[in-house]
Amino acid sequence: MSAQPIFAAFRQALAEAWAGGAGALLPLGFFAGTAVLVPLGIGTDPATLRAVGPGILWVALALSSLVTLERIFQADTEDGALDLWLQTEAPPSAIAAAKTLAHFLTAGLPLALLSPLLALMFQAQASTGLLVNAAYYAVGGLAFYFWGGVGAALSATVRRGGLLISLIALPLYVPTAIFGAMAMTDAPGSQNAPLLLAASALFALAVAPFAMAAALRLAAD
Amino acid sequence: MFSWFANPHRFLSLSNWLAPACYAGGLILMIWGMWQGLWVVPKDDYQGGDIMRVMFMHVPTAWLAMASYSALAVMSFIWFIWRHEVADVAAKAIAPLGAVWTAICLATGSIWGKPTWGTWWQWDDARMMSVLFMFFLFLGYMALRAAMDTRQKAARAGAILAMVGAINVPLIHYSVEMFTSLHQTASVITSSGPKMSAVYLWPLLSCALGQSLLFAGLVQTQMRTEIRDRRTAKLRAQLMAGG
Repeated sequence: MSAQPIFAAFRQALAEAWAGGAGALLPLGFFAGTAVLVPLGIGTDPATLRAVGPGILWVALALSSLVTLERIFQADTEDGALDLWLQTEAPPSAIAAAKTLAHFLTAGLPLALLSPLLALMFQAQASTGLLVNAAYYAVGGLAFYFWGGVGAALSATVRRGGLLISLIALPLYVPTAIFGAMAMTDAPGSQNAPLLLAASALFALAVAPFAMAAALRLAAD
Repeated sequence: MFSWFANPHRFLSLSNWLAPACYAGGLILMIWGMWQGLWVVPKDDYQGGDIMRVMFMHVPTAWLAMASYSALAVMSFIWFIWRHEVADVAAKAIAPLGAVWTAICLATGSIWGKPTWGTWWQWDDARMMSVLFMFFLFLGYMALRAAMDTRQKAARAGAILAMVGAINVPLIHYSVEMFTSLHQTASVITSSGPKMSAVYLWPLLSCALGQSLLFAGLVQTQMRTEIRDRRTAKLRAQLMAGG
């Protein structure tokens, strides 16, 4: 076994993300656009916005992961790259994980980095807490992208699979979303929420690659 | 052991008498349990009076919602490992029935919740959320199967999704301890034996077992239909091929 195909998959996913059109800016635009719609929908009362801000960003993060994930395996299925990946010596789970990780780094992590700015627009107090929250968004986003990757791999051969991905992946997002939202409140019992959030991300990292591999073998048949 | 059940002929001859037996037993137990629950047992004023009788519908559906998802995951696992076709037929039959039971669980829970807790729906209740998302998992499972172009692919994709989704079922259980909840903590199965008084317990168990038998009967009927469906498709294909 050699690790070379795994790095190749990682680099290819990075290159795809940056190539063509707005590239990595597109998810940022979607994320910001979704979040900016909310004050227009629920009114501009600062206290309300401050209360719902963190949650809105979780929702926006989940939605942008779903929107951008549709293509990551579909393109490979269509142009035959998937068959080549499966013929390499590297385990398919590692290749799927490398692709998903690259996708998270280009499409998910920037959203977490942008979150303090959006939080300020939602009337949050400027403090280092916003940076901590950004880290929470990054950790939760990792779980979102890996579970979403399972949905994307399962619907890789389905035409217009985007809607299917949402239905499949959203239930899997729930624990992460709950722990993530808990981590940003100071309700009683939320002290452990950051650890549970991290645990849910680690769980996704441990389980999702194997589910993705099984689904990709199915897609290649 | 699984291989013994994996034979469709054996399944057909077994379910030929087992399915009617399940219907009969389920009907008797449910009628007795509901009659006891709705008319005979005294109402509990601490639990909101007559509305607590919803329990005899709600609690069994909640048990079955969880049990049906577990069954779906187990059947998917058996199919995925041993490729026993009957297991896939079972998984396909369980999904829509499980979705219906989960929906009834949510509906009766809302009806019970409004007069007692003063709300149709409580978002910070982890158990409600888990059951709701279990409902979505069932829907996603059915949608994914429907989107695949061959039966084999539908079975494989469905099995992967059901096994991944199965992590949701333990979460439901442990969320009771993990979150502050409107629900009371477990009161039927505890380490020190049932805490519920016997007057409620027996009708409740009767309803639960009755609904389980009804569910089992419906699954078998669905499976028989599916097996015959597949056989018809095969015969038709043979006919077209001139065999």
